[in-house]
Amino acid sequence: MSTLPLAIPLAADAAPATQVGNPWINIGIFGAFVLVTLVVVLRASKNNKTAADYLAGGRSFSGGQNGTAIAGDYLSAASFLGIVGAIAIYGYDGFLYSIGFLVAWLVALLLVAEMLRNTGKFTMADVLSFRLKQKPVRIAASISTLAVCLFYLLAQMAGAGALVSLLLGISSRAGQSVVIIVVGALMILYVLLGGMKGTTWVQIIKATLLIIGAFVMTIWALALFGFNFSALLGGAVETAGTQAVLEPGLQYGKSFTTKIDFISLGLALVLGTAGLPHVLMRFYTVPTAKEARKSVVWAIWLIGAFYLITLVLGFAASALIGADAIKAAPGGVNSAAPLLAFHLGGSVLLGIIAAVAFATILAVVAGLAITAAASFSHDIYGSVIKKGQATNRQEVKVARWTVVVIGLVAIVGGIGAQGQNVAFLVALAFAVAASANLPTILYSLFWKRFTTRGALWSMYGGLISSMVLIAFSPVVSGSATAMIPGVDFHLFPLSNPGLVSIPLAFVLGWIGSVTDRTKEDPAKQAEMDVRSLTGVGAEGAVEH
Amino acid sequence: MSTAPTPAPEDFLRVQGEEEFTELKRRHRSFVLPMTVFFLLWYLLYVVFAAFVPQVMSVKVFGNVNVGIVWGLLQFVSTFIITSLYVRHANRSLDPLASDIRTELEADAVREGAVPARASAPDPEAPVAEEPLA
Repeated sequence: MSTLPLAIPLAADAAPATQVGNPWINIGIFGAFVLVTLVVVLRASKNNKTAADYLAGGRSFSGGQNGTAIAGDYLSAASFLGIVGAIAIYGYDGFLYSIGFLVAWLVALLLVAEMLRNTGKFTMADVLSFRLKQKPVRIAASISTLAVCLFYLLAQMAGAGALVSLLLGISSRAGQSVVIIVVGALMILYVLLGGMKGTTWVQIIKATLLIIGAFVMTIWALALFGFNFSALLGGAVETAGTQAVLEPGLQYGKSFTTKIDFISLGLALVLGTAGLPHVLMRFYTVPTAKEARKSVVWAIWLIGAFYLITLVLGFAASALIGADAIKAAPGGVNSAAPLLAFHLGGSVLLGIIAAVAFATILAVVAGLAITAAASFSHDIYGSVIKKGQATNRQEVKVARWTVVVIGLVAIVGGIGAQGQNVAFLVALAFAVAASANLPTILYSLFWKRFTTRGALWSMYGGLISSMVLIAFSPVVSGSATAMIPGVDFHLFPLSNPGLVSIPLAFVLGWIGSVTDRTKEDPAKQAEMDVRSLTGVGAEGAVEH
Repeated sequence: MSTAPTPAPEDFLRVQGEEEFTELKRRHRSFVLPMTVFFLLWYLLYVVFAAFVPQVMSVKVFGNVNVGIVWGLLQFVSTFIITSLYVRHANRSLDPLASDIRTELEADAVREGAVPARASAPDPEAPVAEEPLA
């Protein structure tokens, strides 16, 4: 195969060489997506009457629909552009991400999804505070929900800005900021109008487009190698000029510290998913625990198939375009998938893939916003401020205002986070979720003696330790790619805190409980135990 | 809003001690806990090998496909297999028992008249559509 970066000069007649394809095609296809989804959102919003409608989609989605929506929520731009790019540049090490992201779903399937659906209503805090003291536990759970959602949001918004330079030919900071504002405004519109129902439909449409688009590219790329995967790997080796692309170590094999760092990342990935609030909230959109189980099964198959596709796409980009050409393109690592699309199918395929990438960001951002809004309105406003006396109407109203505030924060933060390391923010979100949320979720579902103090120690301990360790890690200062260049106050050698903060949070939850003399209400514990396994008293679908 | 009747706290305490429920709990935990330990160890073994023993990963199996690629793909395969095994276990051993206990508890609650009977909650015994992809 030719190793020349053919893709880039082809576009030179239409625009400067810093940009590939035809921006008007990209904008046109994206505009069509926005129009279609807006119509769907408007139709879906007609039945938004109660809080269960607005915040949990009326609990009336089927397992298959919700599973597709979960895949839509989970396969963010970081998954699609990030993993394809990581494989294209670092070879095998990029593949390791997708394995962690997939295996993580077994934690959700076996330990969390069904029991969560059986015991909660809207948020993660419903489950955590079920048999513990409502107020302190809800506040802690809500703070960590908002923290995780915010980091995830900023990563997606920053990713949107970075994509623009490549896809729309807007490279100025001001131009990128305009795009971030547009994405933020659209997100607010979707969530205000459609609530969880509208958001779910956006996720379903987007997941379908993303998987079909990536699948077409995969078949196309494989066809170039006679449908021989080994030959495709051979092409990647030939372009890279080294066998190392097929072996672990290009990114994480440099030193003992980077190897430990990799294990830390692996731990955060596999344990983070089942603690991500926007993933957990999706389990409330189905009528029963059995449907929640089906959702996860669907999600595992779709997400697994998608990551297999990204393996092919990543090595195809590596073989057909080459790591150096990708790194040199605007958008850097993130440009591997769009460049491959352009190489295969010209401006039209690039336009489709570009539009899908934007849709991905938009849909994930909408899912995060509704989660954060639900947590604030239901946990902080409804349960703590109004002490459970808030009406449905009030909770929905507060949720809507929260969406507007979160949208504005995301826009401002996204503009500020431009050029920041996007993968860092996503990995932070996973590490915080695995440290602050997962231990408490598992303890409250599986351990009878767990107490309020254990929950608070574990949640605050996990949240604070993971954030502090990141603040003093090489990602923030003291390395070539640090967020704050030029200064060095790093004290912690790893860029991912998971290896320390996750076990710490588990230990804190245990010590906090066993040293606690106060006994939690055994009747509440019995109720949660029985409900979590049988589904007695769980809220069913809303009837219209 | 369709909400099932809520049983009284004593009912929950009673059921928690009953043999039927402890059996359900045993069946659930004896499957999910060992399986979780297994897949976490299997995953961590893979991650540790990838980080510290890359020379094993680079051994060629066929063509350009090496141990690392095969082992990575096996993580996908094991995830799909565990998913299917769990769905089968839940459908056969957990769901019938769980729905027995639920029906019994809801009947108790209706008898005690704590909360009016539900209007139209989903019927747990209703035939379920084909299991997707499992």
